[in-house]
Amino acid sequence: MLRQVEGSRAIAETVARCRPDVVAAYPISPQTHIVEGLSDLVAEGRVGGCQFMMVESEFGAMSACIGASAAGGRTYTATSSQGVLFMAEALPNASGLRLPVVMTLANRALGAPINIWNDHSDAMSQRDAGWLQLFASSNQEAVDLHVQAFLIAERLHVPVMVCVDGFVLTHAMEAIDVPEQEQVDALLPPFRPLHMLDPDDPVTIGAMVGPEAFTEVKYLEARRQLRALDVVQEVADRFRDVVGRASGGLIAPYRVEDADVVLVGLGSLLGTAADVVDELRDEGLAVGALGVTCFRPWPTDEIRAALGSASRVVVLNRAISVGAGSVLGAEVRLSVAGTPVIVHDVVAGLGGRPVTRDLVRRLLTDAVAGELSDHELIFADLDAGLAARELEAELEHEETSR
Amino acid sequence: MTAAGADGRRRTAVEVRFHGRGGQGVVTAAELLSTAAFNQGRSAQAIPSFGSERTGAPVLSFCRVDDRPIRSHDPITTPDAVVVQDPTMLHLPGILDGLRPDGLLLVNSTREPGELGLEGHQARVVTVPATDLSRERLGRPLPNTLLLGALAGLTGVVSLEAVQEAIRARFRGAAGDLNAALAADGYRLATESTSAATPEGESRAQAG
Repeated sequence: MLRQVEGSRAIAETVARCRPDVVAAYPISPQTHIVEGLSDLVAEGRVGGCQFMMVESEFGAMSACIGASAAGGRTYTATSSQGVLFMAEALPNASGLRLPVVMTLANRALGAPINIWNDHSDAMSQRDAGWLQLFASSNQEAVDLHVQAFLIAERLHVPVMVCVDGFVLTHAMEAIDVPEQEQVDALLPPFRPLHMLDPDDPVTIGAMVGPEAFTEVKYLEARRQLRALDVVQEVADRFRDVVGRASGGLIAPYRVEDADVVLVGLGSLLGTAADVVDELRDEGLAVGALGVTCFRPWPTDEIRAALGSASRVVVLNRAISVGAGSVLGAEVRLSVAGTPVIVHDVVAGLGGRPVTRDLVRRLLTDAVAGELSDHELIFADLDAGLAARELEAELEHEETSR
Repeated sequence: MTAAGADGRRRTAVEVRFHGRGGQGVVTAAELLSTAAFNQGRSAQAIPSFGSERTGAPVLSFCRVDDRPIRSHDPITTPDAVVVQDPTMLHLPGILDGLRPDGLLLVNSTREPGELGLEGHQARVVTVPATDLSRERLGRPLPNTLLLGALAGLTGVVSLEAVQEAIRARFRGAAGDLNAALAADGYRLATESTSAATPEGESRAQAG
């Protein structure tokens, strides 16, 4: 049933319907409303026998999730920004030990300078942690992806991170359908752990592996992630059959079939991109947009096929790989390697600066006119005057202090 | 409210920006308006623009209402209406930014619109004494629900009944009833003031 509800609340209710055994979390903006909502639902007895663990830190949260998952429980947590950095030591343990923890990452910039607003640098910082990373383009998709995340995680025994734009989605109130309990139950069977810590039947989980087998363990992990490409799509199809709504999957192409210029992005900016694509199509420009829903594993073949007919691609990345370019831009370049497609790598929307219609429109029309650089990183919403003055002062300081 | 957008497409959205201070229900106002619009079968989206908010600090929120599904989550830059919940903020930078020339500026104030120092603005200006009236009914200066009623009366973007339904769903019991009554006060003041509007398009909605 459609209701006018805040994104965070809808996510909390959806996670509750996935019947977790343990939720362990530490509050941090903009994730807070999600775990507050779950805390209330657990306290009201609406999440079965679920235990809500208020831990002392994000490191504690992930460690508690790892322990609870290893003991056979369905586990969930949520965090943002520096919170996921504080989890970083434990994240590859969850994936390496094959524990299907599900986490919401309410995307927020990384400090310093401290900034509580939305971008994707927190997600990018953990791209190699062995977790699947799914990006929600809307609150409806955010809700749907959480059900799908538990399904995917428990099928493959890998942890899954659902990335949801902080504030922009988490704090937006709009019409959202939280899947009914019967629908979630029809999709998600009880959790059957791969192996389980049990005092009556002792096993070791997480024994040391030396050079004789470490490569093989990692190879298998890599193969499993690639197998997830099939599972992510299968689960999205299954979800559509049961709930009657298309969401999730690997990629979300919008009017790309005959597009000459395609904008590629992650998360909520795709809604704005779709509006602008419609406007520019009305004006006769052959443009399209491609959302990457599944960022890890990276769906190379699907991306390459979706961008096949384009001559130019604008990658709009809300994170920066300082000293190189953007992570997303590099992935797209690799995916179209050997084709004549020209890739423009753009960074914008850092630290909460909104990705506006005007910005998306300017990028697409400039690309159509061949006016975007294809060899250097483009800072599309930079205050160039301010930056130039600061840079000059910085260089002067270096000169005088040599 | 439909008008051709700058891009030539038919504009169907009504966009409202709320300004106030932390504790005055600025975020709640946008959410209630979105719920009222949803109750009337329209698409609606409320988004707060959060900083590290605390009581008394400037806060703003947005509400977008449309007949089409709303896909974009970008901030509202050219609002049809701006609601100022705290009159001391009226002359802060950014409050009137982007307000459409044919738009509405609704201010919580006991003063006449002509006394607000807004000469040169084309938008229609309406004042309602929301703090005084909310203090009378609630015992607390919470201006948001009266202003929502006034906004409904002045723009027709939502009905008074839809606003009251949204208020009662959010605040149970006496708080819901009192705030629904405040919305009705606002609606009445606004619709009375519409008929009494001055030639300049400015009007003050009198209490009582």
